Amino acid sequence: MTWLTWRQFRAQTIAAAAALALLAIILAATGPHLAGLYTAGGLPACHAHGDCGTMASNFISQLKNGTFYEVLFYLGLGVMFLAPAIMGVFWGAPLITREIEAGTLRLAWSQSVTRTRWLAVKLGLIGLAAMATAGLLSLMIAWWASPIDRALGMSSSSGAAAFGRIDPLMFAARGIAPVAYAAFAFALGVTAGVVIRRTLPAMAVTLAVFAVVQLAMPLWIRPHLIPPVHATVAINPAQLIGLMMSNNNTMTVIGGATEPGAWILSNQTITPAGHVFTGPPTPACLSQTNSFTACQNSLGPLHLRQVITYQPASRYWAFQWYETAIFLILALALAGFCFWRIRQRRLS
Amino acid sequence: MTAVLEAQGLGKRYRQRWALTDCTLSVPAGHVVGLVGPNGAGKTTLLHLATGMLAPTSGTIEILGGEPASSPAQLARVGFVAQDTPTYAGLSVADHLKFGARMNPGWDAELARDRIEQLGLDPAQRAGKLSGGQRAQLALTVAMAKQPEVLILDEPIASLDPLARREFLQGLMEFTAGHEVSVVMSSHLVADLERVCDYLIVLVASRVRVAGEVEELLAAHRLLTGARRDPATLPADWQVISASHTDRQSTLLVRAQGPILDPGWTVEQISLEDLVLAYMSQAAATPARKPALETQR
Repeated sequence: MTWLTWRQFRAQTIAAAAALALLAIILAATGPHLAGLYTAGGLPACHAHGDCGTMASNFISQLKNGTFYEVLFYLGLGVMFLAPAIMGVFWGAPLITREIEAGTLRLAWSQSVTRTRWLAVKLGLIGLAAMATAGLLSLMIAWWASPIDRALGMSSSSGAAAFGRIDPLMFAARGIAPVAYAAFAFALGVTAGVVIRRTLPAMAVTLAVFAVVQLAMPLWIRPHLIPPVHATVAINPAQLIGLMMSNNNTMTVIGGATEPGAWILSNQTITPAGHVFTGPPTPACLSQTNSFTACQNSLGPLHLRQVITYQPASRYWAFQWYETAIFLILALALAGFCFWRIRQRRLS
Repeated sequence: MTAVLEAQGLGKRYRQRWALTDCTLSVPAGHVVGLVGPNGAGKTTLLHLATGMLAPTSGTIEILGGEPASSPAQLARVGFVAQDTPTYAGLSVADHLKFGARMNPGWDAELARDRIEQLGLDPAQRAGKLSGGQRAQLALTVAMAKQPEVLILDEPIASLDPLARREFLQGLMEFTAGHEVSVVMSSHLVADLERVCDYLIVLVASRVRVAGEVEELLAAHRLLTGARRDPATLPADWQVISASHTDRQSTLLVRAQGPILDPGWTVEQISLEDLVLAYMSQAAATPARKPALETQR
């Protein structure tokens, strides 16, 4: 059974290995220089003598504007987001449907190997291959991008929030969670194939469901896995990141206080009474002749406060483990469903 | 000897449609069994139930006294060549033999090699590039070399040209002569089965119409011609399969155990093909009623 699985999966294995090798060469060739830039920018020892935020910002802006490193950084993020989906669509979905469509399911099932074992070996070996691929990708890309990742976590200059690794954009592309995403996407593809029994629709459904899950997770589920932290601080009118007025006599003020490296879930401005501040605008702000500074100063007596709800950076690994566990459990549940379905013999 | 196939009230429903209903069968071992019926009669369904590809909706089926595909040992006893003789298009002929060897503990490598050589197949050739006849032979080789006690073939020669058909059947006959193996083979063409089968099952419109050894069936069925008579006056133990009447003459195909003693009938033997056709047209004319009713029009 192992031989058959390997023989049928040989082409995909070679393709995946070639892609990994190519990426490894590119990353290995450029990674040391990137790390060199980081060191040259004084960042490794910034805490001892200077402003880490400014140094990090300088390092980042050095890489911006279409340099090779910027392109490769975003490419790495893209690869991490797409790789599980690709493995689900191209490894998972056709795993059974291809055999149904070619009729070879009946050839395989009439050998002296039970259907359960047949499925177990295929799911096990190729599922592990998918997880290993995702794990290797995550390791390689995280190693290469570590100078940028660290700098992004520090560059909290001019009120802009630092972009930590717990931020959803980075979270799903680093650490151990991608391994579980790959397992889930693969199991999802196989399940879609077992239920739909045709390759192309199964591929489409796999992609759609995986995309929805990957959106739903950071939007609705992950923020609540651990109760978020609320922090209330008085707003400093001189450090606002947003000030808007509308014609219907409302006003929105967004305070600039932030939590370095945290995942900010919401940022609300409240009045001393505890209500969300919606206006009315102060006369100084409505006046056409007054300067912006006058408008800012007029906000002081309102005693507005800023409530930020966030997940602190220190919870990064807790979230990674939760995420990994959730997706591995989902993958196992889907695999269990496939076994049940195969036992029911509703495929041919 | 235990029965090769034993079915009790076996039925299979796909959503709304019954593909097989109330099938009760007992096929003794040591035969080459022909399963005949028109397309869509339920032949493939019956064979899929027998090989464990499908689970029955109602009733039970046993193959060689055990539940189909219930264990590796049970699977090893049954060889199956599915419809359209599937093979892995991307794997070579040699890969298929390796596949068979890895998947079956009782694999007879010598038999497989000899057959491939005898057939003149190139071991390096991909199965996808083989002709239909060669592909069928490869699938048959894989099924044979696992040394099954029963070999089940689903329309193996339906899509082959006459020469390839003959070669396929020849290979099959050589194998059955040299091994203790029962064969169940389906076809919608009686002519294919006539030469090789010694047991026949006629399946029409999801029901088994007749089953038995070919010799016994041929001996029991006779074509009678004589002066026109009222069907009600026929002996009670005659089973009228088909009847046609002119103003003065009646022609009946009857199944009767004893000799026909009435000198008013001219008795003729019938061919296997006529017998099968009579059962098929009977089923078509009266899907659910008793055969006798047709003669009373």
